[in-house]
Amino acid sequence: MERVPILKIGPTLFVSIQIDLQDESVVRLQEDLADELARTGAKGVIIDITAVEIVDSFIGRMLTMIGSISRLFDAETVLVGMRPAVAITLTELGLSLRGVRTALNAEKGLALLTGSS
Amino acid sequence: MDVGSSQGQLAAYMRDHQEKVVGRWSELVTAGIRGRSSPAELRRELDDIYSLMVRVLSDVDEHALGELRAALAELSRTRARNGFTPRETAIAVFSLKEAVYELVADVAELAPEYFAFSRLIDDLGLHTFETYAAARERIITDQATSMLELSTPVVRLWDGIIAVPLVGTLDSARTQLVMERLLETLVATGAEHAVLDITGVATVDTEVAQHLLKTVNAARLLGAECIVSGIRPQVAQTIVALGIEFGDIATKATLADALAHALKRSGLTVTKIGPA
Amino acid sequence: MPELPIQSGDDVVRVRQQVRVLAAESGLSLVDQTKLVTAASELARNALVHGGGGLARVEVVRSDSGKNGVRIDFVDEGPGIPDIDLALTDGWTSGGGLGLGLSGARRLVDEFELTSKAGGGTSVVVTKWSR
Repeated sequence: MERVPILKIGPTLFVSIQIDLQDESVVRLQEDLADELARTGAKGVIIDITAVEIVDSFIGRMLTMIGSISRLFDAETVLVGMRPAVAITLTELGLSLRGVRTALNAEKGLALLTGSS
Repeated sequence: MDVGSSQGQLAAYMRDHQEKVVGRWSELVTAGIRGRSSPAELRRELDDIYSLMVRVLSDVDEHALGELRAALAELSRTRARNGFTPRETAIAVFSLKEAVYELVADVAELAPEYFAFSRLIDDLGLHTFETYAAARERIITDQATSMLELSTPVVRLWDGIIAVPLVGTLDSARTQLVMERLLETLVATGAEHAVLDITGVATVDTEVAQHLLKTVNAARLLGAECIVSGIRPQVAQTIVALGIEFGDIATKATLADALAHALKRSGLTVTKIGPA
Repeated sequence: MPELPIQSGDDVVRVRQQVRVLAAESGLSLVDQTKLVTAASELARNALVHGGGGLARVEVVRSDSGKNGVRIDFVDEGPGIPDIDLALTDGWTSGGGLGLGLSGARRLVDEFELTSKAGGGTSVVVTKWSR
């Protein structure tokens, strides 16, 4: 099972999803992030999905849950780099992913995080 | 279609009188299309089809029927593209019946073969018409797609602020295109504000509102905030009467108001340059 | 027509990849490819999680008007869906998140055929055409 690495840079945790993740890996990511947030006291999480071609309802729900979990640790999550085709598909599925903020790329995502703190 | 084995006699007769029959056929077709094709070109086309027809009737070449159908389909498609009417296109096939009839009218023993030939012509005539209809439909679909793309521009109002003026109806096909265009532009320009101007949208009902909400949602997933502008008084009343909720989406009466709003949200302000 | 087994999370990923390949070959636009693969992901997961495992048959099809498309048949021998109408309404869930799966997947494809009965397994056949 693939494990997604979590990088810490300053007060922010960076996660870059590069591959076609299967469900177990996404669940594992959620657990790992919760552990890292607790351990490091990070104030922000950037999840980069630029390379992700498919986001279905399961992954969508997981992403929303990651947002909620982060908030419990007083951290803000920003989802960056969603592909247009993915955004259109999620919208058609009826998922709005409220509860996670979004930005076009990691740079803008960071600006959001530092702007809001 | 089973042409039957006994049209060899008719085929031979037709071959022997090719020039005369094709000449007559040409006359009949020209009368039907009111001079839309050059005589020489038409004559060549008909000659080719006639030869194919003779091969089919002689039943020596099993590929001949396929070739004939293909030749007629091509003729049909060309006619469709050049704006010939359905009748003008079908005339080409059906008038061959008449030309051949004139040839064999007095030859009693060819009558049964002529009947079989006549049925074949009817089938080919229908085939020609079907190909024609399909070609016309294809042209219409292509035109509709072009129109759709032409009427969905995305303009840049300012750094980080883009606008999509929506004109006409906002149905699901249009919405798909708008979403694709809008999102591509967001990625290309890095814009964080998008104004959806609906001044030109004739009717705003629940379905249109849903399409707008979908578009706003999609843009949001790419980190952009949408403002809906161009809300006319009539439209505002309809929206409220229908109970449509825009929630936290900003709505403005004019594009200008929307631009001012977006500038403010971007932390920008417009100042008057003092007297020189 | 190849049959792809759906017995694990990795199998779901394989189904996605195979559908993606055929969708691209059939000339579907990028957005349509994404929609189809996402729908396939939903339905494959359903077969795994609710159907106790199953299989998928993916094939390229051609319409009468000459358009290419992709058809996928998801089959499982699980408990089945007793009330199909209910399952297809938005937001319905059997307490495990079946909710968005079926109705969402239906919106993403052009043709959607669901056959199922309580205790009798489920079959979902979806088709998406190129434009």
